[in-house]
Amino acid sequence: MRTERAISGPAATWLKKRNRISTVEIAFWLTTLLPFVLFPSYLSLASQIAIAALFALSVDLVLGYAGIITLGHAMFFGLGAYAAAVLAKHGWGEPLTGLLAAALIAGVAGFVTSFIIVRVQHLALIMITLGLGLLTYELANSFSSITGGTDGLSVEIWPVLGIFDFDLWGYTAYGYALAALFIGVLAARRIVNSSFGLALTGIRENSARMPAIGSVYRVHLQKIYVISASMAGVAGALLAETTGTVSLDTLSFQRSADVVVMLILGGTGRLYGGIIGAIIFLVARDRLSDLNPQYWYFWIGLLLMAIVLVMPGGVLGGLARLFQRNAK
Amino acid sequence: MLKKTATALGLGFGLALAMSSTALAGGTVKVGLILPLSGQFADTGAQIERGVKLYMQEHGDEAAGKKIELVVKDTGGPNPDVAKRLAQELVVRDKADIIAGFGLTPEALGAASVATEAKKLMVDMNAATSVVTEKSPYIVRTSMTIPQVNYAFGKWAAEQGIKHAYTIVADYGPGHDAEKSFAKGFEEKGGKIVGADHSPVANPDFSAYVQRIKAANPEAVYIFIPGGAQPAAIGKALAEKGLTPPDTKILAQGELTLPEALQSMGQTAKGIITAFHYTLERDDPLNKKFVAAYEKANNGRAPDFFSVGGYDGMHLIYAALEKTKGDASGDALVAAAKGMSWESPRGPISIDPETRDIVQNVYIREVKEVDGKLQNVIIDTIKDVKDPLHGAK
Repeated sequence: MRTERAISGPAATWLKKRNRISTVEIAFWLTTLLPFVLFPSYLSLASQIAIAALFALSVDLVLGYAGIITLGHAMFFGLGAYAAAVLAKHGWGEPLTGLLAAALIAGVAGFVTSFIIVRVQHLALIMITLGLGLLTYELANSFSSITGGTDGLSVEIWPVLGIFDFDLWGYTAYGYALAALFIGVLAARRIVNSSFGLALTGIRENSARMPAIGSVYRVHLQKIYVISASMAGVAGALLAETTGTVSLDTLSFQRSADVVVMLILGGTGRLYGGIIGAIIFLVARDRLSDLNPQYWYFWIGLLLMAIVLVMPGGVLGGLARLFQRNAK
Repeated sequence: MLKKTATALGLGFGLALAMSSTALAGGTVKVGLILPLSGQFADTGAQIERGVKLYMQEHGDEAAGKKIELVVKDTGGPNPDVAKRLAQELVVRDKADIIAGFGLTPEALGAASVATEAKKLMVDMNAATSVVTEKSPYIVRTSMTIPQVNYAFGKWAAEQGIKHAYTIVADYGPGHDAEKSFAKGFEEKGGKIVGADHSPVANPDFSAYVQRIKAANPEAVYIFIPGGAQPAAIGKALAEKGLTPPDTKILAQGELTLPEALQSMGQTAKGIITAFHYTLERDDPLNKKFVAAYEKANNGRAPDFFSVGGYDGMHLIYAALEKTKGDASGDALVAAAKGMSWESPRGPISIDPETRDIVQNVYIREVKEVDGKLQNVIIDTIKDVKDPLHGAK
């Protein structure tokens, strides 16, 4: 769809236009600062939403833009979390280097697995990513001397930049996670609004045609897969650092599935879809589980079905359709 | 300017003080309960909560003139990040004075740092890894630790004259702990471990493992596996190969012969010897009363060791509050809890003043048929057992 519009004008101007930051975006980022002032007792939830949003963004890059359906992305999230935690366990609790280490390790894992990923499509892709995720989970479980097994690890994280200690209210945790998310979004929007990003969309829309017009589509896919893996790793490391703990759950299938649900809720291939989805999913979960700690999953299920039935393209997809209709 | 700021600050502090004193006068102590109430471990969480609620039902919702208020939160499973966030929220938003619950070790590890930072009493009602209580000076445990039961059990087994044992445990943290501590106790008293196997955590078929055990031909087999469908599976596999008591002794931690498991194992369970800190059928007036009240309150559902952990955890909170005359600050409550001892449905228990961990009897039970029903009959009691990893070595 977007490629069609690209033809209507010179491609370069079009890309530049897409790269421009809109007022809605500025308003959105200003809103994200509100919890500091208005809801300080919700900051720890807000920090976990920001982390989930970054994770969802990383999945959006492969799923929404490149069309790689994945049900095993928690693998990179967990690898990143363990990278940061294991580093801290061995006496290096500096948060920023922890993020770097996580990005590196998750990126390497992404690079290695990308060779399999680009060779399969559709259902096989789901199977492969699912399998890789389960494999990593079991590996982490059996290497309990490093990972702490089912008990997980609890570690000491140093203050961010040597100044901001992780406090009880979550001021540091949210500020730190939000900054990381912001940088993540900036990076992601540069990527998707470049010719590389367009090539990815092309692969998603018609993977047979891309090689025909001379696009090295496997290399493109590998590249975005590695970038996405690194980003997921950073999200995992953020969770490990802001909570000072890590457990096998960071690698679980549930986490892979939840992130895809968030993305579908918000709308795929829209950068902000994952963020909106993470907000809806986690806030709903928090509110509903407060009302009924035992059976809240029932209401979550109902909410998911309602949103997907009313707005098949997710919340952002639905809104976009609404605006287009009004514009006509 | 400076003066103005100072006045403003003074006013602010005054206001804060006034507010906190009204809170005291209001007389509510909030207990935040963090448990796995959905997902795979939902039943564990539910049983702990039922224990907590039964205690409050029996003893009223007042302690030392304060109204006790529960705030229940769900972690969804072994998620330390969620547990930590919930603990933070309980402290900063709900103004909880005490945090309690913790069905699983990762939950307790996640919340530990919050207890330390906020200086709140944290009552571990279940999480059973030794190291938990060392993670914060505000943690007190009312459940058990795996080394506590199994180290004592290993020693006991060797003292009964068993020379050779083969161990098979589920391949996860608690399983490894059980294997190590049983072997340590057993070998210290002159026993010998002739083989050790790890089975997957969810393992439907044990015939290959049992074949190996048969080949080693040990005097006794020590088993540690999670409940559910597995006890029946391993019981059946052992019976098929003729590895049954009294020819081969079967030893295990108590989960193997919980009432539900006994039902599915049937006659193959007879003669199995287990060690545990709580026995449903223990003949004791306090226990009988507890079981009857619990079953009445929960549509006939019997209590288990999870319920007792919750029940005793609540007792600890009530008794500590009585001792501090309603002072709910973490330091006062921990000081009050240290060295506390009381009669629980499980038997006499106390809190070790040094480690803040529970000291309790370990009961050795044998599965026997009583009035046509299989149950765990206590055949021996090891008194006042401490966790061997911290404390009595």
